[in-house]
Amino acid sequence: MIDPTFVELSRWQFAATALYHFLFVPLTLGISWLLVIMETVYVMTGKEIYKDMTKFWGKLFGINFAIGVTTGLTMEFEFGTNWSYYSHYVGDVFGAPLAIEGLMAFFLESTFIGLFFLGWDKLSKRKHLAVTFFTALGSNLSALWILVANGWMQNPVGSVFSPETMRMEMTSFAEVFLNPVAQVKFVHTVAAGYVTASVFVMSISAWYILKGRDLAFARRSFAVAVGFGLAASLSVIVLGDESGYELGDVQKVKLAAIEAEWKTEPAPASFTLFGFPSQDGKETAAAVKIPWALGLIATRSLDKPVTGLIDLEKKHEERIRSGAIAYGALSKIRAGDASPETRATFDAHVKDLGYGLLLKQFVEDPTTATEDQIKQAAASTIPTVWPLFWAFRLMVALGFLMLFTFAAGFWLNATKRLEQNRWLLWLAVLILPAPWLSCEFGWFVAEFGRQPWAIGEVLPTFLATSSLTSGDLIFSLAGFLTFYTALLVIELFLMIKFARLGPSSLGLGRYHFERGAPAAVPAE
Amino acid sequence: MLDYETLKFVWWILVGALLIGFAVTDGMDMGVGTLLPFVGKTDVERRIAINTVGPHWDGNQVWFITAGGAIFAAWPAVYAAAFSGFYMAMLLVLFALFFRPVGFDYRSKIANPTWRAAWDWGLFVGGAVPALIFGVAFGNLLQGVPFRLDELLRAHYQGSLLTALLPLLNPFALLAGVISLLMLTVHGGVWLQLRADTSVAERARAAILTLAPIVTIAFALAGLWLWVGVDGYRIVSEPPHGALPNPLAKEVVRAPGAWLDVYARLPIAVVVPLLGLAGPLVTALLAKARRPGLAFVSSALGMVGVIGSAGLSMFPFVMPSSLDPKSSLTVWDAPSSHLTLTVMFWAVVIFLPIVLAYTVWCYANMWGRVTADEIETRAHSAY
Repeated sequence: MIDPTFVELSRWQFAATALYHFLFVPLTLGISWLLVIMETVYVMTGKEIYKDMTKFWGKLFGINFAIGVTTGLTMEFEFGTNWSYYSHYVGDVFGAPLAIEGLMAFFLESTFIGLFFLGWDKLSKRKHLAVTFFTALGSNLSALWILVANGWMQNPVGSVFSPETMRMEMTSFAEVFLNPVAQVKFVHTVAAGYVTASVFVMSISAWYILKGRDLAFARRSFAVAVGFGLAASLSVIVLGDESGYELGDVQKVKLAAIEAEWKTEPAPASFTLFGFPSQDGKETAAAVKIPWALGLIATRSLDKPVTGLIDLEKKHEERIRSGAIAYGALSKIRAGDASPETRATFDAHVKDLGYGLLLKQFVEDPTTATEDQIKQAAASTIPTVWPLFWAFRLMVALGFLMLFTFAAGFWLNATKRLEQNRWLLWLAVLILPAPWLSCEFGWFVAEFGRQPWAIGEVLPTFLATSSLTSGDLIFSLAGFLTFYTALLVIELFLMIKFARLGPSSLGLGRYHFERGAPAAVPAE
Repeated sequence: MLDYETLKFVWWILVGALLIGFAVTDGMDMGVGTLLPFVGKTDVERRIAINTVGPHWDGNQVWFITAGGAIFAAWPAVYAAAFSGFYMAMLLVLFALFFRPVGFDYRSKIANPTWRAAWDWGLFVGGAVPALIFGVAFGNLLQGVPFRLDELLRAHYQGSLLTALLPLLNPFALLAGVISLLMLTVHGGVWLQLRADTSVAERARAAILTLAPIVTIAFALAGLWLWVGVDGYRIVSEPPHGALPNPLAKEVVRAPGAWLDVYARLPIAVVVPLLGLAGPLVTALLAKARRPGLAFVSSALGMVGVIGSAGLSMFPFVMPSSLDPKSSLTVWDAPSSHLTLTVMFWAVVIFLPIVLAYTVWCYANMWGRVTADEIETRAHSAY
């Protein structure tokens, strides 16, 4: 039997390293395109200030990118080191997008990025712009392939379980690639990256404007950031809504948990804006509801119901019973039973095999599970509701806050009233942490909401682990914690140092700290 | 569409090619990192060494990442058993590699000598430790790894923490580690001789002249040891090669000298270890004659020889099991399905030439010796 403490530690390590890695990814996804925009203006107009902007924001990008690469290494190998049975069980399908990500995206991004930083003197203007473009394209393609892989974990299409090889095998690469969950997630995630980068550039530029220094540089940066950010935040919200629709279709448990919908309501379901979900009582206290809204988001209709958690749990109980039969037939086939009857039993129940495997947390052989264990397994198919309910609402609230800031900034800037409205500039500075929080909440909802599955309805998380010990995990967790904390301290130190210095850090002799006396009157 | 057996074999070649690609490109950066504290006496000299690989190290590192991803996709059973079985070793590699991206990018952003010296040693660790451990891992593969597969094909291992790590550091594995470390160091040295300013290039040359002959001697010693002192593995019976992969369906025995079977069966194969023996010696001669361009080619060929010998000697084994020989993973019973191997084969056929083309474009555009003048004029932007 698998030690639950060890499973918990494995989950904590993966969650910590993945969430930490994603602190650095979204900025890369977005700022690379902002650099393309700035450099394109430079190449088209010949104005040096846009070259300086590209170089300065590129310098901050570099500080961020280095840790993104460092922590990305962990992710590439952590499936094998810590999720060994997962790697065996689904590597045939999941490994392919990961390897293609390396071939098609990482090579592109990483081969060109060195020339972005170090090639200014060696490349012509146009060649350098091409380099910047390919870096941006590469980083975004890598998001595509990793989300194809992640989308398959949520909604495992294009594959079938093979009892001979004891693993999932790909039946259609096109289905895996065109998985609707993956495609929606990709656009939602990269757009969130664009928002992150826009907030980053907007906040720091607003701070320079408030300080009254390097104004020409800061105003232009601000303008590029709010324009890009406004378009991006609108896409994130629209595509987030599209994700809601996809969830209603394929991940009913996650949707019901996010909405704390315990009982199936008559269609169209109402959307719970606020409340306190209770797992034991299977109800949500003090709920504030908007009529019809959930039904519209999740089913795009007024007559289809959204299934509640209590009904889903009942359905899962049936699937667990069926899955235990599939497991029994599988054991016979693996032991050499080639009879058509066994095969027919297996084929009839194989779609529930994953549910049968859930019983392995209580009993070695699922066919011998007691009634009580089946009930327990069914209860384990519903993730803890309140963290999902709240994380989702915080993500959305922060999203709308950012949308508002971009819209107001865009409007005031377009009407040349930005500098009189210092409250907006302060708001722009203060929301700097918002996109990172929002991104982390989003991933938390996506992955915690998938529990108890590593691969939706196919492979339970506790079975996906490696055969290691809690001691191994404590050692590695301590190692990651030490290294990642040190890296974060160093990163923040450099980031703050260079953000404070501003474009003066380029050593070009024409910015604020290089002039002896401040050019503009300090703001405070 | 290629038949399953052929594709399984092709993937053995492709994984080998990716590993060799990794050694030639990223191995070079690791060699430069290992040599860094010794070939650069002043800050400017160290920056010269770093900037010879500065624009390229990140792209080079993708060979490592892609090799990992390709093993996941093509040999999921190997990815699963090897990465978790070598857990502590993998963590050491990972933690050492952490020093490189940040070392390259952060080192020269602050002028404080203590800060810079600290990152120099970080780059040394990020080069030398993985280079050593990769060799140790190959040394252990050749001796067999203590794992077994259960009836659901889950891998189990002996020991945890230090009891799993220490047996990996046995004398034969350490010898393999030394070969790997010195081979990559020599390769990095050749790159410095080719691209760095005079003082750094000369010190790199001296290092090659000392270290390259040791690689040849150590490699010969390891070959001899493999012949007389290390038991190899031999397949007694197995399902057809084109069958659905099932590692538990074969019979395997341990036998002295079995790793040299291939050279008796296919005498021409002996050119591969000969290349491994000759490569480092020729590299030293060319470095001595101040022909670093040719030395780079011969060093790369030497690595083809050394890595190729390890792979060829074990063929068709990829990861033999010392605990339960029939759990061993081979080219025939560790791969993905026919469809996945086909999809991945075409992905490599299409994308690898494109990767090689733009990699060459990037090196060509950044070509030229990195000089002290250049570092001083680009003090704010160079690494």
